[in-house]
Amino acid sequence: MPDAPLLELRGITKRFGEVVANDSIDLDVGPGEVHALLGENGAGKSTLMNVLYGLTSPDSGEIRFDGKPLRLRSPHDAIDAGIGMVHQHFMLIPVMTVTENIVLAAEPHNGLLLDVRKAQEDVRSLSERYGLAVRPEARVESIGVAQQQRVEILKALYRSARLLILDEPTAVLTPQETHELFDVIRSLKEQGTSIIFITHKLGEVLEVSDRITVLRRGKAVATVATAGSSERELAELMVGRPVLLRVEKGAAQPGEVLLSVRDLVVHDSRGLEAVRGVSFEVRAGEIVGLAGVDGNGQSELVEAITGLRKPTSGTIVAEGHELAGHGARASFEAGIGHIPEDRHLRGLVLDFTLAENLGLRDVRHPPASKWGFLHPRAIAERARRLLREYDVRGGGPDTQAGSLSGGNQQKVVVAREMSGTRRVLVAAQPTRGLDVGAIEFVHQRLVAVRELGVAILLVSLELEEILSLSDRILVMYEGRIVAEHTPDVSESVLGVEMMGGRSATAV
Amino acid sequence: MTERVKAWLRAKAPAVLLPVGTTILAFAIGGLVVALTGHNPIDAYKAIFEGTGLNYLLPWTSAEDKDFAALNLQQTLILMTPLMLTALAVALPFKCGMFNIGGQGQYVVGIVASIIVGTHFSGLSKPVHLTLAIGAAALAGAVWGGIAGAMKAAVGAHEVISTIMLNWIAIYGAQYLFELNGPLQGPLRDVPQSSEVTDSAKLPAIWGVLQPLHAGIFLALAALVVYHILINGTVFGYEVRAVGHNPEAARYGGIPVSRSYVAALAIGGAFGGLAGACDVLGWEFHIVTNDIAVSQIGFIGIAVALLGRNNAIGIAFSALLFAGLQVGTSPRALDPTIFPPQLAGNLAIIIQGLIILFVGAQLLLVYAWRARRRRRDEPRPAALVEPTGA
Repeated sequence: MPDAPLLELRGITKRFGEVVANDSIDLDVGPGEVHALLGENGAGKSTLMNVLYGLTSPDSGEIRFDGKPLRLRSPHDAIDAGIGMVHQHFMLIPVMTVTENIVLAAEPHNGLLLDVRKAQEDVRSLSERYGLAVRPEARVESIGVAQQQRVEILKALYRSARLLILDEPTAVLTPQETHELFDVIRSLKEQGTSIIFITHKLGEVLEVSDRITVLRRGKAVATVATAGSSERELAELMVGRPVLLRVEKGAAQPGEVLLSVRDLVVHDSRGLEAVRGVSFEVRAGEIVGLAGVDGNGQSELVEAITGLRKPTSGTIVAEGHELAGHGARASFEAGIGHIPEDRHLRGLVLDFTLAENLGLRDVRHPPASKWGFLHPRAIAERARRLLREYDVRGGGPDTQAGSLSGGNQQKVVVAREMSGTRRVLVAAQPTRGLDVGAIEFVHQRLVAVRELGVAILLVSLELEEILSLSDRILVMYEGRIVAEHTPDVSESVLGVEMMGGRSATAV
Repeated sequence: MTERVKAWLRAKAPAVLLPVGTTILAFAIGGLVVALTGHNPIDAYKAIFEGTGLNYLLPWTSAEDKDFAALNLQQTLILMTPLMLTALAVALPFKCGMFNIGGQGQYVVGIVASIIVGTHFSGLSKPVHLTLAIGAAALAGAVWGGIAGAMKAAVGAHEVISTIMLNWIAIYGAQYLFELNGPLQGPLRDVPQSSEVTDSAKLPAIWGVLQPLHAGIFLALAALVVYHILINGTVFGYEVRAVGHNPEAARYGGIPVSRSYVAALAIGGAFGGLAGACDVLGWEFHIVTNDIAVSQIGFIGIAVALLGRNNAIGIAFSALLFAGLQVGTSPRALDPTIFPPQLAGNLAIIIQGLIILFVGAQLLLVYAWRARRRRRDEPRPAALVEPTGA
């Protein structure tokens, strides 16, 4: 490091009860450096950043900022010192304008009055300086997520942040918006702002950071220069063992057609046509990947197939049963499992125990119940078996689902939807928000049930996932399937088609 | 084994300690109010306790005191009966994620139905007539609750609004039926009240002479058992709870969400209707028109359910507490030299109000505490949840 570091963390330790969330962590961030903090869920990233932002105080260790020791009693102290944080969940006031949100609690004033003109002027010049285009007079509730994130960044810059903490900033962004964010990060870096970038996505880390610190189980296991490191190396550091980034699988042997969708038209909640005449088939023993940018009708398509949304027209046939408009139970009882894209919204009842959650699909049938009365022992027995089989950690049948980590929660959903006599599986974003180890597990399971002859429709926003798992790839754009490919198609071809461009292979 | 006992205690202790602590705190503040008025709170509470008749159960109560205590205890248990039922009217919809404010209306339609059936069909045998009258009350309550459920299921009308409006429809409707020259006014032309139910429709007395405790209390206790089994032991209860916690996940799981709303409010309403039947067929035997709008049984039921945490055993105890407070502070039971009766009635209301306030505050505190923990802390031993993980 040529320059003296802007931020030095020395021996930061933080315990919660018996759990050591941060174990003597050292971290340096230089001026104008983009430093990525990489780690699985629960590795201690958030605790470390909460320490740095004054939200929690460490049991021991020292923070030095700009060469001087820093004591943080609250986020206020951190802001005063020049540390800004953009949380994953934005802290904006929806009914106020962009300008008002940015200057909130640090307003320029004329006597007692807010100097609106000066505030807007300040916001405009800041946004030009860093290439963060926003409309200062727009209300926050009327702008998109990516815009809101810019407002958060501007808010920190307005308070003269010299170090910006971005907590999983890309989790809510589309690929395009992610690229734009990276441009902003580079421009911030050029102008001397230091950035700590928290993520568990390896590709992003390699693209935008200068150095990477990997946390594992509360310890900083390595700090490496981005140049010269690889996804494989980083994944291994994160998980602590070699990880298969690409799933090993043989060629598919597609059998009979198990799911057949014809001329399907589906309207979304606002009454707009989201799926515009889609037809495809999924055969036994194959994984069909559905690629597309979020919001191109994939969610509505999945909801129609799984009975959660009534299609306007068209047919959905699974194993000879016509399902269009017959509801979720009909879809499930025709043998369709569904890993929903949002496990908290749909996949789990967080206040239920794991046994109750695992019983969601078959509580109506023996042995889980008889004559309408539950058989708790049978339900718990089955739960215990599934938890073991799917390696769910952090609790038994009586544990509340909400107290499990995200990865383990997802395993519960996967266990429920893959067990039993399912012939078709609709997996929507099955690995969203999971860390490398859990992703590997879910992928292996998907391939395993494919080998058993299950027909799988995989919907994912991650091209990487589509490419590594699918036997056939469909591309969805504005409610239509615009292309079909074999899995050896290049990422760039898919990327162009996902944006509505035409390539030679389009059907 | 001891580990399991400990874990069980850890899980269950808050469910018992919080309501008990709440009650003690409410009584302590009530005592402070008594002291401020220049009376001795200990004497006042002792007088209220004796007013409830619960001293009947104490071994050192003398024989002659016992006679008087028995009368009071009968009154307490008579009042406890409908409170348990109107509490269930709140508890069951609550499990389905709804707040039924309509217990009062469901209670009133139960009264009307049991009066109508109880004053007619005088030739029937007692078991048949009673069953009919009780069944009619439950059905009327179920329809009254079910209307709110159907409105929610069909167009998303919020049950708090619709049940409040249904309360007024029930109250004004009942007043119309039994007022002077109303279609169901009793034989006394100058008295706005109903006829008296025939003997064949009266619940049997089980204890006491003047205004004896009636068999309705068994009905209420049985309802608690039915409620417990229904919620915790059946597929229906599972579905109701799933809808209550996360309707979207329930729908995904193939549970008919709209049907659960209707059924939960209808069954809750049936409990409310049963409360009306118990009062009419157990001890009132007719309804005085002016009493209809004054009755608070359904509303106190909300407080009973809240304090009892919608749990069968909790509801039994909190119904006893609220019934005891009412009976123990009634001017009839209190010695005016120890405590002026006009103050006593207010004390009951103060304590009830404080309990409701504290229960509400607890819900807020628990919510705030959880939100705070989610925001600030990282893993706890059993819960390796990263707070920022999506």
